[in-house]
Amino acid sequence: MSTTTVATGRDLLAEFERGLDAPICLTWELTYACNLACVHCLSSSGKRDPRELDTAEAKAVIDELERLQVFYVNIGGGEPTVRSDFWELVDYAVAHKVGVKFSTNGIRLDKTAAARIAATSYVDVQISLDGATAEVNDAVRGEGSFKTALQALDNLAEAGATDFKISVVVTRHNVTQLDAFKKLADDRGAQLRLTRLRPSGRGADTWDELHLLPGQQRVLYDWLVDHSGEVLTGDSFFHLSAYGEALPGLNLCGAGRVVCLIDPIGDVYACPFAIHDEFLAGNLREAGGFTSIWRESALFSSLREPQTGGACASCNFYGSCRGGCMAAKFFTGLPLDGPDPECVKGYGEEALAALGEIDRPRPGADHSRSIPLMVLKPKNAPVPACAEDPLAGFDPNEVAVSSLSR
Amino acid sequence: MALTAVAVETFDADSPWDLHESVSVRPERFGALLYDFRTRRLTFVKDPVLQKVIDALSTSSSAREALALVKVPQEDHERYLSALARLAETSMLTPRSQGEIT
Ligand code: SF4
Ligand code: SF4
Repeated sequence: MSTTTVATGRDLLAEFERGLDAPICLTWELTYACNLACVHCLSSSGKRDPRELDTAEAKAVIDELERLQVFYVNIGGGEPTVRSDFWELVDYAVAHKVGVKFSTNGIRLDKTAAARIAATSYVDVQISLDGATAEVNDAVRGEGSFKTALQALDNLAEAGATDFKISVVVTRHNVTQLDAFKKLADDRGAQLRLTRLRPSGRGADTWDELHLLPGQQRVLYDWLVDHSGEVLTGDSFFHLSAYGEALPGLNLCGAGRVVCLIDPIGDVYACPFAIHDEFLAGNLREAGGFTSIWRESALFSSLREPQTGGACASCNFYGSCRGGCMAAKFFTGLPLDGPDPECVKGYGEEALAALGEIDRPRPGADHSRSIPLMVLKPKNAPVPACAEDPLAGFDPNEVAVSSLSR
Repeated sequence: MALTAVAVETFDADSPWDLHESVSVRPERFGALLYDFRTRRLTFVKDPVLQKVIDALSTSSSAREALALVKVPQEDHERYLSALARLAETSMLTPRSQGEIT
């Protein structure tokens, strides 16, 4: 054969585990301010932080991301659109070839906004739903919210937008509606994105009641296998690959390796689901900015070191499962080098049971308003519209030019 | 991933090609990452030489010339052309009309 070195899929994963010189994409919570106060919010949003990056600072961040060739940012919050410079920043990012994806419950997605989104391929939107029917969704998100979301989807379709997403965090209560979600998306020319419920932020409190039961995990896995390539899942479900074949998508925890989070005041965390001092790499207002945090912080360097697998090392499925999600382990109080709390072999449950009633780590920054403007306190707590998968958009369609690897 | 015979046959290696303007390329130690903003598809180019070939396209009057420019050994040409064909198949490469070398 030739002198050309050709990496195989596994080599590529190894490359990613060593970390890249710049993230592929990152999540950027522009503000913690929000018009809602979802009880399970991952960023414990509510009040605006007075130290928020201002417009000029936010633009400087975009300039830096452009230099690093970060392909896109997942904008979340809070409700990012409550920032008066939201569209200004979106336009600025687009002009600088940094793509923007953002999530919304659809309330502000009128025809004008839809047209704006449809006009450029650099802006991508996802509408969050918690149920595939008004009954299930509204029981959680409030009366009329299903209609609002569908209206937003219709506005997008009418404006000629393509590739917009319906985003569903899979819970104990909506896992029975997977086919219905799929149909809802198909009927509107949207793509379905399924995301894992992770015990972060205020979600840590509701995780126990909402996360999938072992039998349901199997149902989800089988459904994902049956619909391989038809739904987007990012890095959500690689822990399920221990049921058998690896699922499409990136089978690896990208925290601090290919993704990270920038919060409203410029703190940089390893992952949007890991907002805790333990995973805080630095603040981009410091000298060196984002680039030096990404490339030199002690935290990110340690995350890029070869992982031993700990208690998972002897498991046959470690190769594809990789021990699951770091944030899920951390916020349920499990060691980071052991099994995921939802380990399909049941080791996570055993480990949790062994822990007993411990104090689970609390999210680092609670921005909850002391008096929420509106408290949604349904028994099936919703997952916020602003929940942004770190690898949203980093999905099955990846095509390796592997015709080179004989 | 096997390349469809059709793509290889229809890819014209003697014509000039360009990377589509909505595709961003980021060089990496293993080759490059390509991101297509139209399809939001991320493509791994797992070969630094292929990355150079893609770079060379814009200043070459044909795909073959780009291979020569990067000094890809003759016996590897078919493999590299297959990879380019694959990129053309997903419209990340687009044909450039003769003459307008950028
Ligand atoms: S969500 Fe979990 S698996 Fe994904 S990057 Fe964050 S810690 Fe890793
Ligand atoms: S023991 Fe670890 S590697 Fe094995 S299935 Fe469970 S979480 Fe995954």
